[in-house]
Amino acid sequence: MPLITAASDGRRTVVAAADRTALALGIRPAMPLAHARAMVPGLTVVDADPEGDTAALARLAAWCLRYSPLTASDPPDGVWIDITGCDHLHGREAAMLEDLLERLGRGGTHARAAVADTPGAGHGVTRFATDPAAVIAPGAHQAAIAPLPIAALRLPPETIGALRRLGFDRVGQLAETARGPLVRRFGQQVALRLDQAYGRVFEPIQPVVPDDVVAHRLSFVEPLLTAEAFGTVIDELLNTVCGKLEATGQGARRLDLLFERIDGSVQAIRIGTAAPSRDAAHLARLLRERLETVDPGLGVEAMQLRVSLAETQAFRQAAGLVEGDRPETGIAALVDRIENRLGPGSVWRATAVESDVPERSVAAVPAIGVAPATAWPLTLPRPVRLLDPPQPVDAIALLPDQPPVAFTWRRKRHRICRADGPERVHGEWWRRSAEVAAVRDYFAVEDEDGCRFWLFRRGDGADPATGDLRWFLHGLF
Amino acid sequence: MQPAAHIAVIAALRSEVAHLERRVTAGCREKVVSFGLSEVDAALPGGGLVLGALHELAGIGCQVEHGTAAALLAAGPLARVPGEVLWVLEQADIHPPALAAVGLTPDRVVYVHARKPQTGLLVMEEGLRHRGLAGVVAEFSGALGLTASRRLQLAAEQSSVTAFLLRRSRCFDNPVLLEPSAAVTRWRVAAVPSGPPLPHAPDTPGLGRPRWRLDLIRCRGSKAHSWIVEAFDATGRCRLVADLADRPVAAEPRRAVA
Repeated sequence: MPLITAASDGRRTVVAAADRTALALGIRPAMPLAHARAMVPGLTVVDADPEGDTAALARLAAWCLRYSPLTASDPPDGVWIDITGCDHLHGREAAMLEDLLERLGRGGTHARAAVADTPGAGHGVTRFATDPAAVIAPGAHQAAIAPLPIAALRLPPETIGALRRLGFDRVGQLAETARGPLVRRFGQQVALRLDQAYGRVFEPIQPVVPDDVVAHRLSFVEPLLTAEAFGTVIDELLNTVCGKLEATGQGARRLDLLFERIDGSVQAIRIGTAAPSRDAAHLARLLRERLETVDPGLGVEAMQLRVSLAETQAFRQAAGLVEGDRPETGIAALVDRIENRLGPGSVWRATAVESDVPERSVAAVPAIGVAPATAWPLTLPRPVRLLDPPQPVDAIALLPDQPPVAFTWRRKRHRICRADGPERVHGEWWRRSAEVAAVRDYFAVEDEDGCRFWLFRRGDGADPATGDLRWFLHGLF
Repeated sequence: MQPAAHIAVIAALRSEVAHLERRVTAGCREKVVSFGLSEVDAALPGGGLVLGALHELAGIGCQVEHGTAAALLAAGPLARVPGEVLWVLEQADIHPPALAAVGLTPDRVVYVHARKPQTGLLVMEEGLRHRGLAGVVAEFSGALGLTASRRLQLAAEQSSVTAFLLRRSRCFDNPVLLEPSAAVTRWRVAAVPSGPPLPHAPDTPGLGRPRWRLDLIRCRGSKAHSWIVEAFDATGRCRLVADLADRPVAAEPRRAVA
């Protein structure tokens, strides 16, 4: 049954992609959907999902990490694998391509592959060569791409159409033409793509991971399924990785554990630490807590642990003259466990900020590594609870300089017996122009039950520019 | 057997039973921190709040929602215990300068925003299992079962980290606040009308030191007590109200009406 995906190009619905059966029946991408339906009755049409495609391509690129530590997705439909120095691990290039295509085919993915000297040449040869697994010998890529159509050069469709009208069909023809007129007519892009394909300009690929990470990979004879087995592997991986970290004097700030499933997909868990750590027991505990998020599917055939972020960690004396119990790992380990469970930003310390506006006088800083400042005025009354935002209340005050006699908050009337104030807080004109004249007068008041509240009035009571004289409850003592 | 030997055996058995029951008796080796008021310390077995135990705090009446006095009640004694304090919040409405004002400076407090009551309990237990903390304060608005409180108490005993569970509730007379728990002490605290800032001049405007009604409603190894005290000062110590004679009527037990 032919299957196509449909998307709107702004004016009408067109075919976004078609499967092999549909392609064989003459349906092409960018063809109007009505046209395709007329050609093939009973066509299965699915809405295109570009975000899903991009995510799936990124997953495929992550899976390709089994062949090389440097892979990148090449949207919309390609993956680049930098196999420099990796092919010998899989029995030379041809065997590697065969293995790649066979594994992808088992997972239900129809793919073409090619090995070439440059990413540009690889891109063109993969898509337009007759051989679905072409291996271009080193230095032979120029001859290999010369006979390819100019669509192999990753140019926008308008440029390709214009070049065709000028009589250019093959990459070779374009390469032999004088550069000057080409650049004047089409801009730098045509020349750049030609240079990239011929290897005259280095084209970096954006790898899914940096290449200098500390990592360790274990593959298994039999697929693993249980959490206990994963736990054992985690210990094994951490032993190696922590040893490597220790050798370089580093500690992990972020760890990625990748599970390569037998169906070709990769599951990953990532943990972060507040301070660099190479304590295998601590990291193992963090990883084990995240194991429940992993779906092993039919089994996991390899696991890889990668330190995606490492920082320098000083050496510490493990044991001294005094024999005691294990040295305390400090609060960093506790912060890690909580933060990995609750999510980033859920653990903080409060630090003093030099501001008289109460809600700005406190800022959250990371729990580890930053020393909080303590510069709050301890003689001024400050509430235990600060309401954010301040809640409007109905208050009655006799004179602008006097505290209110009573106020109503949440439909409850509080008669004020004692009060202190006002404490005048001016707006911070250097932050917002609206605060140039703003004034708040704060009063600490006690009602007849003894409950204390922190009220403020917007405005100084004399100049209307300073505020509208409304009352707010800002805190509770 | 001689009578003296009888007495020694019985005393040994009693201390054994007390140890089994985890009862705190006078003269035992448990570490305590002073509450900050000698009269309160005298009423507590061991002469203060037991370290490495669960203490439960709550407001009274309408003050159970924000638990402001209860938060200071946890901060004051913890300010005198060396080490870091983990403060678990459900709503991030705490204002750290107020804790600094009773001696708990911000360099000693790590805040955790747990958002949900059960998550808060998990984080609290995690903190209690971490030796080296001075204490864990958790603001908790859910129903605490006997099992959950016993878990916390055992975790606190093993690590000798002191736990303060600050019960909060949107509802004033929440029956879950009265359910039994394994806490060593249970406190209810509420603000009561304070005196004039200058005792000799009752007509002076302004606010004096806040006053709390402090109810020790349950204490393992001791009796329930009630005090009217003046709130903690900058060192986390409070004092008994001097002019108890003309205490206003509002300090009587009462029910708050919304």
